[in-house]
Amino acid sequence: MTDLETQRAIDAVWRIESPKLIAGLTRIVRDVGLAQDLAQDALVAALEQWPESGVPAKPGAWLMATAKHRAIDRLRRDERLERKHQEIGREMEVQEGQQEGDDLLRLMFISCHPILAPEARVALTLRLLASLTTEEIARAFLVPVSTIAQRIVRAKRTLTEARVPFEVPSGPELDERLSSVLQVIYLVFNEGYSATAGDDLIRSGLCEDALRLGRVLAGLAPKEPEVHGLVALMEIQASRSRARVGPSGEMILLLDQDRGRWDQLLIRRGLAALERAEQLGGALGPYTLQAAIAACHARARTATATDWARIVALYDALAELTPSAVVELNRAVAVGMAFGPAAGLELVDALISEPSLKTYHFLPSVRGDLLAKLGRHDEARLEFQRAAALTQNARERELLLDRAAASSRGETAS
Amino acid sequence: MRFLLYTTGDNTQPSAPPTPQMIEEVGKFTDETKRAGILLATGGLGPSTTRVRNTGGKLAVTDGPFTETKELIGGFALIEVKSREEAIEWAKRFRKIVGDGDSIVQEVFGG
Repeated sequence: MTDLETQRAIDAVWRIESPKLIAGLTRIVRDVGLAQDLAQDALVAALEQWPESGVPAKPGAWLMATAKHRAIDRLRRDERLERKHQEIGREMEVQEGQQEGDDLLRLMFISCHPILAPEARVALTLRLLASLTTEEIARAFLVPVSTIAQRIVRAKRTLTEARVPFEVPSGPELDERLSSVLQVIYLVFNEGYSATAGDDLIRSGLCEDALRLGRVLAGLAPKEPEVHGLVALMEIQASRSRARVGPSGEMILLLDQDRGRWDQLLIRRGLAALERAEQLGGALGPYTLQAAIAACHARARTATATDWARIVALYDALAELTPSAVVELNRAVAVGMAFGPAAGLELVDALISEPSLKTYHFLPSVRGDLLAKLGRHDEARLEFQRAAALTQNARERELLLDRAAASSRGETAS
Repeated sequence: MRFLLYTTGDNTQPSAPPTPQMIEEVGKFTDETKRAGILLATGGLGPSTTRVRNTGGKLAVTDGPFTETKELIGGFALIEVKSREEAIEWAKRFRKIVGDGDSIVQEVFGG
């Protein structure tokens, strides 16, 4: 192997092994920042030695053994940590195989700890659990590298200072902590999903990163229905990513998409995950409900075959669980489809004065659509124009202006 | 990025059946890829093959095995990973378990 090939091989090993490595080291040293430094030391050692010696047969075990030696060296040098030494000795005895999964789950809970600001949770999780570099995270979120680097450093310091225990929470705390983990993963997914085709690959790659994290989490916490619900939601949404964008980069709305371009493999995986969530019993959580709504679309062979009445019922349940104006607005769309545009418009009109929707382009866009269907084209045109002025997404704006133009010609369709 | 990983070999020669130990190790490996969140689909392949060939609009159907080409044998895995190198790393891990022979790593677009 050439040096370059070895380096690429090391990079690949690192992507696969580093989350487990950092998780195992955090258990030993009880400090996620120190654990990451030790893992990094092991990586440096690999970069120095593997080009000469070749990649070892069990690269993960090699990295772990090297990092543990570094841990002992550092602890000998650092007397302040001396007291911890014995404890660490004991931790090192623990059988690795069984521990690995537990450690990874604990690391997820720590990275998504509510003590951290949401954007810090996202950065730390991508860094530690998705093995993204600081540069990659910065590019994906369109912020300077130094901002992400600082966010990560501060997050690790906060965790150390607060002595956040390395454990899987139990009892009533579990629900809250788990929902924070799910929220972080879904944030990452949505960041990638909002990047359209042709955008930076690293940005759209966030969808894959989030899906991978979700699938890993589903393996680590298989009894949690909402984990499967989130995975189902992401798989089904990701199944449409190729159909969402037209040949010249324009956005295509769900109902106008060529369903032949939906990824049936991801749909099948999503429906299977949804079934697992439902089989675990209990009332459906918000992610599972959203996945069930996405599944209604995924199962319909044509847009007209969509079971809108079921979607309305699912939105009813979602609105009860997580009441919000956005959910109400989506529910109004479904009602418009199930029971006619007049019924939908009535619900949308009730939301016009809602302060949280004041700058939300989707409100005038939905209202415009319903008005157009009712043949009130002048009002529709104004709503589409208003929506176009509010959206941040250039391609969405294009679509809305097209619809405004269609309305001024007295046409209903987009 | 998606990659198809598959094994090729000589389908005209009967191969030795896998040992129970190998079956167990392959099972463990499959679990590992699932736990790593990379395995999208996997399957085994039946032993008999049929070739459909178009020659100037004339279709010919021939039953295998074919001596002139290495056939896809054993099984396949469709994985989703960050890079080609990562796909290669997983193929190496698989190959270490099943021993001599070839695994092919090929990127899948669209799909």
